[in-house]
Amino acid sequence: MYQYRRFNNKNGFLQKFGNLDYILLSCLLILGFISLATMYSTDGGEVLFHTRSHFIKFVVFFSMMLVISFINIKFWFSLGYLSYAVILGMLIWTINFGITASGSKRWIDLYFLNIQPSELMKIFIILCLAKYFHRMKAQHVNSFYSLCFSLIIIFVPMSLVIIQPDLGTSLLIAISGIVVLWFAGLNHKYFFYSCLLSIISLPIIISFLKPYQKLRVLTFLNPDRDPLGAGYQIIQSKIAVGSGGITGKGFLKGTQSYLEFLPEKHTDFIFTLFSEEFGFVGSIILLLIYAIIIYRIIRIGALARSYFAKLFCYSFGTSIFIYIVINMSMVLGLLPIVGSPLPIMSYGGSSMLATMIGFGIVMSAKTHSEQSIA
Amino acid sequence: MTNISDSATKLNSLNRRMFILAAAKIIILGGIVSRLFFLQVKENKKYLTLSDKNRIREWKLPPIRGEFQDYFGNTIAGNFEAYQLHIIPEEVEDFRYVIYRVKELLELNEKQFKKIIKKKNEIKPWETLIVADNLSWEKFSKINNHLYDLNGVKPVISISRDYPYKENFTHILGYVSQANENDLLTNKNIKEKFVPGLKVGKTGLERSFEKKLIGSNSVERYEVNAYGRRISQLAFQKGDKGETIKLTIDTKIQKLTNKLLKEKAGSICVMDIYTGAIIAMHSSPSFDPNSFVFGISQDEWQLIRNNPMKPLVNKSLSGNYSPGSTIKPIVALSALENEIISPDFTVQCKGHENPLELYGETYHCWKKEGHGFVNLREAMKQSCDTYFYEVARRLGVDRLSVTAKKFGLGQKVFKDIFDNEKKGLVPNTEWKKNALGRNWVLGETIITGIGQGFIQTTPIQLCLMTAQIANGGYKIYPKIVANDDNQYTDKFTPLYKKSRNIKIVQDAMFSSTNEVRGTSYRSRLDDPKYRFAGKTGTSQVKKITELDRELDLKTFQIPYEERDHALYVAFGPYKSPRYALSIIIEHGGSGGTVAAPLAKELFKMIVDRHEIRKNYDNKKYLDI
Repeated sequence: MYQYRRFNNKNGFLQKFGNLDYILLSCLLILGFISLATMYSTDGGEVLFHTRSHFIKFVVFFSMMLVISFINIKFWFSLGYLSYAVILGMLIWTINFGITASGSKRWIDLYFLNIQPSELMKIFIILCLAKYFHRMKAQHVNSFYSLCFSLIIIFVPMSLVIIQPDLGTSLLIAISGIVVLWFAGLNHKYFFYSCLLSIISLPIIISFLKPYQKLRVLTFLNPDRDPLGAGYQIIQSKIAVGSGGITGKGFLKGTQSYLEFLPEKHTDFIFTLFSEEFGFVGSIILLLIYAIIIYRIIRIGALARSYFAKLFCYSFGTSIFIYIVINMSMVLGLLPIVGSPLPIMSYGGSSMLATMIGFGIVMSAKTHSEQSIA
Repeated sequence: MTNISDSATKLNSLNRRMFILAAAKIIILGGIVSRLFFLQVKENKKYLTLSDKNRIREWKLPPIRGEFQDYFGNTIAGNFEAYQLHIIPEEVEDFRYVIYRVKELLELNEKQFKKIIKKKNEIKPWETLIVADNLSWEKFSKINNHLYDLNGVKPVISISRDYPYKENFTHILGYVSQANENDLLTNKNIKEKFVPGLKVGKTGLERSFEKKLIGSNSVERYEVNAYGRRISQLAFQKGDKGETIKLTIDTKIQKLTNKLLKEKAGSICVMDIYTGAIIAMHSSPSFDPNSFVFGISQDEWQLIRNNPMKPLVNKSLSGNYSPGSTIKPIVALSALENEIISPDFTVQCKGHENPLELYGETYHCWKKEGHGFVNLREAMKQSCDTYFYEVARRLGVDRLSVTAKKFGLGQKVFKDIFDNEKKGLVPNTEWKKNALGRNWVLGETIITGIGQGFIQTTPIQLCLMTAQIANGGYKIYPKIVANDDNQYTDKFTPLYKKSRNIKIVQDAMFSSTNEVRGTSYRSRLDDPKYRFAGKTGTSQVKKITELDRELDLKTFQIPYEERDHALYVAFGPYKSPRYALSIIIEHGGSGGTVAAPLAKELFKMIVDRHEIRKNYDNKKYLDI
């Protein structure tokens, strides 16, 4: 039986093809199409740099995801620590030799493309921790040793990203890691106490923040204190979303973005533009697509045989969910502004690459759902 | 076995936690959806307005100012197209290059150039910088030919004020100039309609009628981007031109007054004695108001400001002069009305050897030899001072002041149309007690009788006084705006007790101009059509000392500032009076020799123009 299945898995390309999650795939394609249309709108209704570049990245990385889907999930399991170490090395490299843009060193030059290792870390930290907890016995999960080890795994990349400086991404990395810890069965009390601790130490943390970060927090609490300065982004973003109404202003008719009132409309604030042009209905449809995607990821996890695949799918799905929530809350004025892209929608190669690798692994878990990992 | 149960525990825990998180996710998603609902559905209106406010911006254009016309509809203050050069610093890529290029093309000197740079630093980058406000056609077309090289420079044709008659109407109309902070603070209308470069009235009628003249702004509505750059025009709302204001002035006569007063300091006022319409009102020297429209140069300003003849003062309204002998008709009238004297009342004028003496002071007649025995008519005709000393002594200053005030002295003639009009002063005992804290002295009554001392009048008051004597003693309200529909209930109410008294004074004034030995006999017009009656006046600027009296200097031998003011009031044509005038020439000498001859020239034209004016009223003029 085992032999048979193994044989099938090795050779059954067609079977793997049939095992792909087509709902997830089509949702991703729809999302890709929406993001391209939105990008086209940010370019002012012309196929310019952003649209073209986004299109190429989407096609390349989507194909890459399909390729990953056919690679055995075991391969990713075995790669867990190594890939983490490689990305960590890239982060260290970034600090020394990174490209400086708008005040922070985030990118490294790989000759054919510039890559942002911190984005990749968001996925590979899940992979690494999933592998770590896969092997662990249930009673050891809450041991002091495992706790220390996993916290080190989280804190090292996090601090490397903080000093870039990039607070947003480092928080997202931490959240990805913590999500894995949660699913691995870490005692609730740890989460409770650390929450309590962080709330108590919040004033101290704030005093360590850089002036511009403090300003962001203050602006979040009261955007009107400097409407043309620090509060400008959030005020304009809210105006754009709010003026969209139920059905929106229409494709390519978003005045806020067309007239350049929106900052960073290609990246972090892409949802604002989408929401302005397609309104409440469009936003709900977009949320629905995201919800289906997350639901499919979790469903794949639930159907997977191996603990590693389950843990990865659950954590990845939850992380994606949190990225979406943070990004939307930010543009809707519910959270302070932190740099966090909207998966697939936002312009940015590294983020797209990381997300697509994640989807690839999830898809691989689907095609190899019967695969058990020792 | 342990392995299996272990992985089962792990899976259980994993699935349980997934379930908890799934519930949390749904709640959070619900939160996001409700936030979207709140922003996009509930608060949609608010944000839609904010978005429109963001993208739509209005530009106000300067309103077109209303015009001034004379009585016959000639434009005396109009508009012309001024060629201007505007730059919005924000919209220029390389401001330094462009401004140096403009400097080259317009051949600006260093001083002008520095002024522009200074102005640029004062304004906000998105505000319009007016580089040149009145270019010649040559320079304007030169700029237009080089526009390819001058990115962001805007040649603009702007409407600007023009005074075609230059210095003729300056003191009536005033002038316009760029609105300053003070204008914005004091006038709500200006503040509402302000755009950079807006010209507003600074003095005269331009200032008084600002509200009517200013018009309303045209508004351009543009869609703009976040940087304020105009993307497209959405609407253009045309503003209304300001009202055209028609004056009662006759340009022909006004120009004559200007000609007559050339090189002199003084004023001429001409008034219709029934309607109160001002036919001409000029103060000399005058200046060209056009030079104020685009800002006057410092040199030119200093020249005007430091001129000893004071061109900036509107002498017709704000010149306070001792009326001199021109007050005598009022003194005579007051005495007759109060039945102090009869026309036959006679006084002996003994000349300088036997002056009137009162409490140690001596009061001289102007004529060295004296006039002998004179009655009222003779005294007016020859302007005998001794006679009026006696009349004034008997009349008393209080009764005199009542009559003088009745005829318009001591109060503003035009109420509040002109903000620089002075009230003059008609003294009485109560006034002195209140103002100076001392009691009235009889000597002061005596000199008031010949229009010296405290008494002060403006030329327009003298003109009104004469007009009200000429029309038979009825109250009139002078007006300068043709369709001034102010209805005064006491218009044409008699100012006299006995109309015979007015006739006596009129006759005495007639004798002064038209009979031998009259003070203005040499300026008479013999043709009955033009014949006029008047009264000369010579008002002393300083007290005449015994030494002066002995020296008996000619006017040109006295320093300018110490010469007498020459005055003349008159009305005509005598057989059916219609117009009154007052003439004052500062430091001109005696009224009979300097001021009265001007009246001769004026009346010739005034009477001739009367026909035209009458026909124009009946619209015949247009049909010819």
